[in-house]
Amino acid sequence: MSSKIKRKPRIGVFKFASCDGCQLSLLDAEDELLSVAGAVEIAYFPEASRAMIKGPYEIGLVEGSITTHHDAQRIQEVRQQCKTLITIGACATAGGIQALRNWKDVDEFIRVVYATPKYIETLKLSTPIAEHVQVDFELRGCPINKHQLIELIAATLAGRKPNIPAYSVCMECKRKGNVCIAVAQGVPCLGPVTHAGCGALCPSYDRGCYGCYGPMESPNTESLSSQLRILGQDNMAIMRAFRGFNAWAWQFRKAGEESERA
Amino acid sequence: MSRATTKTIRVDTLARVEGEGALYVKLKGDQVQDVKLKIYEPPRFFEAFLRGRHFSEIPDLVARICGICPIAYQMSGVHAIERALGIEIDPAVRQLRRLFYCGEWIESHALHVYMLHAPDFLGYPDAIALARDHQAIVQQGLRLKKAGNRIVSLMGGREIHPVSAAVGGFYKVPSKSALREIEGDLRAALDIALAAARWVSGFEFPDFEQDYEFVSLSHPEEYPFNEGRIVSNRGLDIDATAYEENFTEQHVPHSNALHSLLRGKDSYMVGPLARFNLNFDKLPEVARQAARDCGLQAPCRNPFRSIVVRCIELVFACHEALRVIREYEPPPAARVPASARVSTGQAATEAPRGLLYHRYELDANGLITAAKIVPPTSQNQKRIEEDLWHFVGQIAAKPADEITWKCEQAVRNYDPCISCATHFLRLHVERE
Repeated sequence: MSSKIKRKPRIGVFKFASCDGCQLSLLDAEDELLSVAGAVEIAYFPEASRAMIKGPYEIGLVEGSITTHHDAQRIQEVRQQCKTLITIGACATAGGIQALRNWKDVDEFIRVVYATPKYIETLKLSTPIAEHVQVDFELRGCPINKHQLIELIAATLAGRKPNIPAYSVCMECKRKGNVCIAVAQGVPCLGPVTHAGCGALCPSYDRGCYGCYGPMESPNTESLSSQLRILGQDNMAIMRAFRGFNAWAWQFRKAGEESERA
Repeated sequence: MSRATTKTIRVDTLARVEGEGALYVKLKGDQVQDVKLKIYEPPRFFEAFLRGRHFSEIPDLVARICGICPIAYQMSGVHAIERALGIEIDPAVRQLRRLFYCGEWIESHALHVYMLHAPDFLGYPDAIALARDHQAIVQQGLRLKKAGNRIVSLMGGREIHPVSAAVGGFYKVPSKSALREIEGDLRAALDIALAAARWVSGFEFPDFEQDYEFVSLSHPEEYPFNEGRIVSNRGLDIDATAYEENFTEQHVPHSNALHSLLRGKDSYMVGPLARFNLNFDKLPEVARQAARDCGLQAPCRNPFRSIVVRCIELVFACHEALRVIREYEPPPAARVPASARVSTGQAATEAPRGLLYHRYELDANGLITAAKIVPPTSQNQKRIEEDLWHFVGQIAAKPADEITWKCEQAVRNYDPCISCATHFLRLHVERE
């Protein structure tokens, strides 16, 4: 393979407002990292390398949400450079936890946090990448699942559809043989409305799902809200449950706002 | 301390210094005119949006400040809440938290030593290029890192933002047999860590020492993780409740992160070098011997040698993890119940990069009314700039690209954060 002149496909990793955890997933794939690095050219990945190779890139992995004017322009440039643009994680696909500002007065936030507010430049909203440019695939999770990331890169390079199911966490729980903690123990759980991908981690650790993979395809949030009320959650607690790492994803946004108004 | 300084205490540092930064160095001839470490990572306003959230959500929410050291944020967070609510954790839970932290230190230090810092000493842009010439070494590093991640994912479900940490303990604790399954990996990791210490101690270190004030936790019996007084080599000795009386923060125009100062004026250093220098006698013999074999003595004042100290801490963390696993008896309950009351709690723990301080104020319903978080990188930021002032002077006659790389390396001494540390391509060297 190495004797071929044909150059290896280039990957770029781009960061916006985020915790760095999703791009770290690539470095956490200890068993696959060196073989991935053999199959592709990791051309732009500032978290890992000071060598920066210019685009275009076959695949752009975008982490983080848009929270500044500068980043709103930068994502346009990134889009132009990438043949396939994939967003990784809750910040990039839903605005992230920093989207909690979207319901508040951001100027008040700046005053609370910084002594000299005029030094700080930020937008009123934290928004997902797809509100700014066309996105080819959104990989969910806070953080993403590293095995799904490797599968997605492999599928994209092979030109096939990635094997990443869009059903709920409940399906993963059933597959694992977990006893339903909502039914058996009355623990509030977002599993029925949350996108699969984590492997039903929280219920496996004796706690309810907190929705870090965001909404599944067509979630019934109203029905879940009624269930949570039956389990003794008040409206503010239900609002907080939906207003987490994927608060700005429209299905959770709607559910949270309904609880807030109720 | 003046009123104005006290006012800056209220300022939130937001912990998001990890991430995007730039460096600005101005030289006039060989004279340094200006050094600025610029952090332009967009602010995410954690302390602001934590208000109104329930205390039980703290470990999940604050983990998202940093994908590289989420456990540090979870640990400082739960300890601060537990102090607010007057909760005593079970001794077995205390041991498990040490084990959890060992996992994060191993994962984080191995990443920094092998993938971020070693390439500087050997002249490679990254670990992937390093692996082309030294595949076996990089593979060892990945194996060591994986051993740390295995502790974290066993105890918390996943490596990044693990789900088990809770106020009062854990949602679920591991069984004895599950922990024993990772003993073999950790024994191998300990050997790799010892070899890593020998390997990096052979690197070439710039002749550069500074008279630092080192700050870390100190515990009477243990190398510190979750508990201890905050001490320094210049006589500081306080409980976390007195942190804000002794440390203040300054907002500078060129940074979205705040500079921390001790006694209203002094820079200081937190992190592996500070811990090692202040707690050398608490290290197990295997780690002390490894340090001696590397020619490393406390106090070490050369920040470039922090890579060796990280390896000594890797030896310690592998050894400590094995000890906890060997002595482990599960607690009677995974966590003790927590009930809300109007209260304030402060705690500091030792993140891989150094002291991490949290304070929360709670109302009668258990909702947060105020939060303050001071991450290690913000505490080191002023010290990093001061290192550069002195260090650039030493190398000012060299070509610009060499100065650039050496300055990057000097910043990476602090492991300011994985991405922060490698975003310095935007470094400008301006000559008059």
